[in-house]
Amino acid sequence: MVRTYFLLAWTWTRAAAAYPASFALMVLLGFVAAALDVAVVLIIFANTTALAGFSREEVLFLYGAAGLSFTLCDTFVSNIDRVSQHIKAGTLDTFLIRPAGAWVQLTTDRFNPTRAGRVLQAAVVLGYAIAALGIGWERGWMIPVMVATGVVIFAALWTLAGAVQFVLTDAPEVTSAFTYGSNQLTQYPLAVYARDLVKGVTYVLPLAFVNWQPGLYVLDRDDPFGTPGAMRFLGPAAALVLALLAALAWRQGIRHYRSTGS
Amino acid sequence: MIELDRAGRSFKVKRNVVHAVRDLSLTVTAGEFVGCLGPNGAGKSTTIKMLCGILTPTSGTVRVAGLDPSRRRTALARRLGVVFGQRTTLWWDLPLVDSFALIRHLYQVDRVTFRARLAELTETLDLGAFLRTPVRQLSLGQRMRGDLAAALLHAPDVLVLDEPTIGLDVVSKAGIRDFLRRVNAERGTTVLLTTHDLGDIERLCRRVVLIGHGRLAFDGSLEELMATAPGQSSIEEVVTRLYTAGTQ
Ligand SMILES: Nc1ncnc2c1ncn2[C@@H]1O[C@H](COP(=O)(O)OP(=O)(O)O)[C@@H](O)[C@H]1O
Ligand SMILES: [Mg+2]
Repeated sequence: MVRTYFLLAWTWTRAAAAYPASFALMVLLGFVAAALDVAVVLIIFANTTALAGFSREEVLFLYGAAGLSFTLCDTFVSNIDRVSQHIKAGTLDTFLIRPAGAWVQLTTDRFNPTRAGRVLQAAVVLGYAIAALGIGWERGWMIPVMVATGVVIFAALWTLAGAVQFVLTDAPEVTSAFTYGSNQLTQYPLAVYARDLVKGVTYVLPLAFVNWQPGLYVLDRDDPFGTPGAMRFLGPAAALVLALLAALAWRQGIRHYRSTGS
Repeated sequence: MIELDRAGRSFKVKRNVVHAVRDLSLTVTAGEFVGCLGPNGAGKSTTIKMLCGILTPTSGTVRVAGLDPSRRRTALARRLGVVFGQRTTLWWDLPLVDSFALIRHLYQVDRVTFRARLAELTETLDLGAFLRTPVRQLSLGQRMRGDLAAALLHAPDVLVLDEPTIGLDVVSKAGIRDFLRRVNAERGTTVLLTTHDLGDIERLCRRVVLIGHGRLAFDGSLEELMATAPGQSSIEEVVTRLYTAGTQ
């Protein structure tokens, strides 16, 4: 599957690279658009020194970590949310006659490498925050685990969103609100949100494990909502459960695919 | 090679249930060339999609090359070639050769075999002039030839085609028919095609299957088909009678 993924992604990358000027421009625009996002964080801190008890660098750390996971998924998985377009146009049929999974073919369909500009931006923010906070290895080892967990969680969310489109073929916006909304929620320390919402994104939709719970460990902070310390390490398990659910939902979606009458 | 046993597929449309295919039993053995006729909406495409594993049957069983298509879709794909006349299976924005190269990788055809097959298909289907053209810029006739080549690059045991000659001019049609006949005769590939063009049936199919309202209405040779309506001399008349008889 990995081989097929890179093969298909590479084919589209080559097709995009046929227009190098527009390619470079798109990367740059992605970078600039994402930088505006950071500007918002910096503006908030122009008037205050702490947000819900978190310093500017700590907020940037959480922002960068979630951003890196999200933009990686946005680059490598998000094309799956076009499944409803393929269902309506009948083009999903053509994916299903190939000896490769529909998921791999859809996530790489028109793979757009120019989204890498945003990945770069998130990585720069995260790198800056790590350096500014002087995070060492004794807690920093959690960072790659955290980013990987985030990638799996967002990839699972996108897959779920795709699976739901087999039923809600006419309302793809509903599902993309769900994925992009999840990203926006994770951009800030969860401490700024109401307790019930945070409970929801911890125990129901495990967004808290994208950056919040493992981030608290890296920053060596207690959870303002008072969850036990063991919660900091549950991210990979939560991500795996969600990924499993997403895989099941996706399979059901494919099995119940109706094609189009023609 | 192809076995349908009381296969059925229904669709829920709002509150109603549309039975696109009902109780369809059909066996096609290796090397046969079968043509499938039926009025619009008879269930031909739905049947083809069940054979490819695109649609899961709602009743009965389907087997192609010994596999259950909807459960073993990707395994079956390696042994099955599929062509949709109404829709290309190629990558719309990529040049034809890039589509072929992708297919080579997806089906894991080794480089040497691939080159030989592509050279042969390029010659027999006369693809040379537009191999580097993006698929979206091809004419319908060119695109169909490209699709046929794509469906055969991995040398499948079974080839299913849904209206492969739709919209083509007489010369293109003749070329495609000639090619299909050769594939069946020389390689022994089992072929099942659907069509509205009775010329396809007369020139290609030793066996004719007629589907009406999702059910099998006729299965036999062309001569047997003609014999169902003694006194009628043309295949058009015979088929018209069968189609209209089915609606009463
Ligand atoms: N995805 C679908 N949803 C609802 N009805 C469908 C769908 N696909 C096919 N049908 C219905 O099933 C019947 C058979 O369609 P089809 O197999 O496409 O016929 P044919 O190819 O013989 O013209 C038609 O009545 C069609 O409207
Ligand atoms: Mg049809």
